[in-house]
Formats: sequence, structure tokens, C-alpha cells
Amino acid sequence: MIESTIMANQQSGVRVLVGTRKGAFILTSDAKREKWDVSGPHFAGFEIYHMKGSPVDPNRLYASQCSGWFGQLIQRSDDGGKTWEPVDNKFVYDGIPGTHQFFDGKPHPWEFKRVWHLEPSLTDVDTVYAGVEDAALFRSTDGGKSWHELAGLRGHGSGPNWTPGAGGLGLHTILLDPVNQGRMFIAISAAGTFRSDDAGETWRPINKGLHSLHIPDPVAEVGHCVHRIAMHPSRPNVLFMQKHWDVMRSDNAGESWHEISGNLPTDFGFVIDVHAHEPETIYVVPIKSDSEHFPPDGKLRVYRSKTGGNDWEALTNGLPQSDCYVNVLRDAMAVDSMESCGVYFGTTGGQVYASANAGDTWAAIVRDLPAVLSVEVQTLS
Amino acid sequence: MIRVELPAHLRNLGRIDGELLLHVPSPVTQRTIVDAIEAQYPMLRGTIRDHVTQERRPFIRFFACEEDFSHEALDSPVPDEVASGKEPFLIVGAIAGGS
Repeated sequence: MIESTIMANQQSGVRVLVGTRKGAFILTSDAKREKWDVSGPHFAGFEIYHMKGSPVDPNRLYASQCSGWFGQLIQRSDDGGKTWEPVDNKFVYDGIPGTHQFFDGKPHPWEFKRVWHLEPSLTDVDTVYAGVEDAALFRSTDGGKSWHELAGLRGHGSGPNWTPGAGGLGLHTILLDPVNQGRMFIAISAAGTFRSDDAGETWRPINKGLHSLHIPDPVAEVGHCVHRIAMHPSRPNVLFMQKHWDVMRSDNAGESWHEISGNLPTDFGFVIDVHAHEPETIYVVPIKSDSEHFPPDGKLRVYRSKTGGNDWEALTNGLPQSDCYVNVLRDAMAVDSMESCGVYFGTTGGQVYASANAGDTWAAIVRDLPAVLSVEVQTLS
Repeated sequence: MIRVELPAHLRNLGRIDGELLLHVPSPVTQRTIVDAIEAQYPMLRGTIRDHVTQERRPFIRFFACEEDFSHEALDSPVPDEVASGKEPFLIVGAIAGGS
């Protein structure tokens, strides 16, 4: 049996899974994380929105592959990305799909476009969740050979009021609670955050405390442009959120949220993540908006809070501090669980940066990939 | 036997070398050709036409005998030259630019 990736005292290295606009890349290194092997492009020419490995078997990888010509494909690897097999790509909404709200405020039929995010189960290698555009949650229990919608999400009542964000009506974040069995969280742009306590059968919005000035009712139950949420597995009732504006925190599994933007240079951004061993240490990359979507002042800075928010420090060592106008998209940051926590992020300029010391110093693993859509990391035993 | 040429990406996906040779029952139509492709290469399902509507994907085109048949009815017979195997049925990714 292959052991779990989370084995703090038997770590041999890391595998970074990078999805880009034109293919997938796999970056591997030993525990020092200084020298890297680059494999790819896999699926050259295709958009790879997301790749992720199973916590149960790190050699089981899933990838979302799509293109304007050939539509959606799902690829699966059972050997850590050396070889791949296409599995089922049929995502059909359950029953009559109904409508959500379009940009013009009118009802618009739900239409499947692509898979934004794949989240393998924490306990079963063949179970994997898919977050799709137009927003819905699908599950496979046979390793991707078939997909079925968990229709309680769209069907709980607020679905007709969901509206696409600028990038589409995407379900982009799926968090599986490792402690409370059956609890999971998802986030949708631009609907908000939702929670299920029964393994995805029923759902409810959890957006109290969010305040979005750019929507008709700033405190509406749904309609908030949540960009990303994150949790530490040891403390799943504490959630962190990067919203379109505002960095937020919940200490009660999403029942209520409060702002922790503090001294950030801008509270807009896409990514947010949590240190592997310090649940109060979190990371964001502030981005200038509402139209620029590049770092303020041309300086690429990761901000770290060691106090769970509000007090933030800029991490700049090794990152470009002039003339940098890239973006860091919502699924493009990850942390490893090595003894000294590694932090990774990719940019729309094709760089993948890594820090082997929790963000104190950074170096580019690669600099000239296609625009990076997603970054995940596996800690290998 | 019907001859079919696929775009390079779909040949890679199906691990297909060169032209496809398919048994397609008469009457040979766009629909029966794609049916035969999908039966032999299940991994190509959804890449040429939509799973549910069965409509040709927007940036896929069908050509044969130097003519564009993309907007012909799915159940219309293809030219005799294709049905007899003299000419290939071409499934082409549209030259659509993009990023």
C-alpha cells in the first residue's frame, strides 16, 4: 500500500503540478527544493485549469484539460504523471437545469463549459469532486469513469440568483473537512460560499458578514464574488477568504465572517493559503484592481500574516520589485508539508516561484511557461 | 470502409496513427460516421459533438471532396466518394485564432 503524502518524518521530496493555458507541467525536487526537474508540456496546446493528486495515493493524479475546439476532457494518471489515460468527460446537469441570472439580470440557462477544479477525496482514491462552470458540483466514485451532479447545491433555492463573475460562473474551490465527516465547503464566483454537512447532498449559503459594495444589496445572502477560501486541516472551523475586495475570516465554519485585511496595500487578490504547520500563518498576493489586475507599483509581493490576519508583512526577497505586471490566479498557490513549509505560486507571466522557508526567500523554478492557471504541490514520502 | 482524417490533437488522444478506417452501415451520414468513431474510440466522445445535443462542436468542421459539409443536416447522406472510401471524410479544427 502506498502511504499518504502527509508524513512529516519520511519526506523525500515534492512534486509541483502546474496547469497552464497551453499544457501541464510537473516540477519535481528533493527535500532541499533547490534543484528542479521539469516535465512537460503534457497535453500541449490545451488549457489545464487544474491538476491534483489523491491524498490516499499520491501517484493518482487527476487533470482538467479543455479547449475551445474539443471541449472538456478529464485525464487520470496512476503513476505520478508519467502516463495518462482519458476518463469520462460527460458532465450533465441533473434533471432540468433551470436558469441562473446573467450579466443583464435576465434568467439564463445553465450550460456546462469546463471543469475549474478537481478535489480528490481524503479517504478514497477513486472518489473525486469536480467544480464546474456554469457552477455546479459533480462527483465520481469510480476514478473519473463517470460523473454525477450533487444537485442539492444548485437546487437549494438561491441558484436562480447566482451571477457570473468576469471569468464566468465558476465553482472554483472545494474544501473537504478532515475532521467533521460529511462536511464540505465550496465557493463560486459570483455567488459566494456554501456548506454541506451531509457529504454534498444538501447545501446552504454561508455568507453572513460579507459586504460587497458592487452588488445591489451589499449584504445579500448570495451574489458575493468570493475568489478563494482556505483552511488548515487541523482546524477546519477556521476559514480564510480572499474576496473580490476584502480578506475575510470565519471562526465558526462559515456561520459568520469578519474582515482581516488590516494593513494590506490592497485587499483585492485571488489566492489565499495557510502554512502547513502554523494554522494562524496565512498568505495572500495583493493585486491592483478593479481593472488592472497586476501587483501594486509593479512589485510582486506575497503578504504573510502570522496572526491570522490584520497584521501583514511583505515578503519580497527573490521576487521582482520593479516593472512586474503579472497576475496570480485563484488556484495558483499551494503549500507543501515539509518540515520547513514550502510555498509556491504561479503567475500569468509563466513564472512559478517557490520558497522553501515559509516565504522568507523566493526563487523561480521556471520563468517562461504559458500563463499559469493553477499550482498544486504534493509532499512525497 | 470509410476513411476519416482527424485533427492531430484527437489522433493523439485516441492514439491513432494516420487515417481512420471504419465500418459504417449504410446510409453513411455525418451522424453514423461520428457514431462509428465514438464506438471505436470512446475517449473521443464529446470532443467532436456535444454529449447531449449531439450537435457538432462550434469549432469543428466537416469537409469532403473539397466542400464544407459542416452545415448540412446530420442525417443527410455524405457524397458517394466518401461512402465508397474513394475520398476521406475530413474532421477539421476550425482556423479560429484564439490566444
